[in-house]
Amino acid sequence: MPKVKVPRKSTSVDMTAMCDVAFLLLTFFMLTTQFKPDNSVIVDTPSSISDIKLPDTDIMNITVTNDGVVYFGIDNKNFSRQMLIERIGQKYGIEFTAAEVKAFELTSSFGVPINQLKGWLSMDDFERKSFKQPGIPVDSTNNELGIWIMQSRLSNPNLRIAIAGDGNCTYPVIKKVINTLQDKNVNKFNLITDLEANPNKI
Amino acid sequence: MAEMNTNDKSHGKKGGKKRGKKMSTRVDLTPMVDLGFLLVTFFMLTTTFSKPQTMEINMPVKPKGTEITQEDQNAVKASKALTILLGEDNKIFYYSGVPSKEITPEVTDYSTEGIRKVLLEKNKEVNGLVVLIKPTDSSSYKNVVDILDEMNISSIKRYALVDVAPIDLDLIKNL
Repeated sequence: MPKVKVPRKSTSVDMTAMCDVAFLLLTFFMLTTQFKPDNSVIVDTPSSISDIKLPDTDIMNITVTNDGVVYFGIDNKNFSRQMLIERIGQKYGIEFTAAEVKAFELTSSFGVPINQLKGWLSMDDFERKSFKQPGIPVDSTNNELGIWIMQSRLSNPNLRIAIAGDGNCTYPVIKKVINTLQDKNVNKFNLITDLEANPNKI
Repeated sequence: MAEMNTNDKSHGKKGGKKRGKKMSTRVDLTPMVDLGFLLVTFFMLTTTFSKPQTMEINMPVKPKGTEITQEDQNAVKASKALTILLGEDNKIFYYSGVPSKEITPEVTDYSTEGIRKVLLEKNKEVNGLVVLIKPTDSSSYKNVVDILDEMNISSIKRYALVDVAPIDLDLIKNL
């Protein structure tokens, strides 16, 4: 019985098309990418059916972790962070060096009381990351969050306020934050939530 | 296909016209594809694709200088008011009308058969229903977001997040 000869085909494939696809995707991702800010805090936000997207700029973030520590952050559009720290420095009579201002500009959210701020900013990157932040005071006697809100709104009047709270955090902490906002005449704000399915649309 | 394909056929002929060597124009694109996909992967992993979702909330404007009294809160028409108290362990207590000693709030939970049913029925029953949400100190932030979400789901237009009153705490103390 004669052997059936399998014709040998070349294994080489034309890669041009694949290359096109790869670079098309690459271009797309390069143009749409925004690098993840290295968030110092991770919170597990509750879910809701609301699907309004949060804009990227003009945002003030108030983060509350599950053990009730409050962090504060704003985006750095038009150098508003630099303006903010200068205002705080003036108000409290603290001189920040250029390096400290730079460090403040580059951090995302922070939870350090103002009297510890200079010390925290003068640390090097690694120390700053490993430093256990005590949170921003929100008590009625020493409400620094209110001051931060006030000063940031002065440096950027278009700010929208977003609260990212951990689902397990108790309500009194959130109540303090909301009361602080209301004291500063902020009656409209956003709660950051995860998306869940709307039962009315299923 | 790791090297460029060159045309070697013209070696045999010695005389005749000199022709320029015909080089193949095909280049191996595999490394380029590799590089492309490597970068694609990098950008895919570093990109923040979805922006966070938010829920907008409007708080009632606090009158300057004066604290909101109990009477102000009760100014909502008693027949249209529904008070929801958020208790500990994901429990919900609710009652209609103004708080008084005689009322025994009913207990429910965050499930579809629980508070959502109540809200949908109430909303049908009462025209212009006003829901007062009072989270107690032992409730969690998740409870608050969940109940606000329920308001959106059952399309209740008027609701407010207010502080819990001592009388409400008395009502749910023994439940």
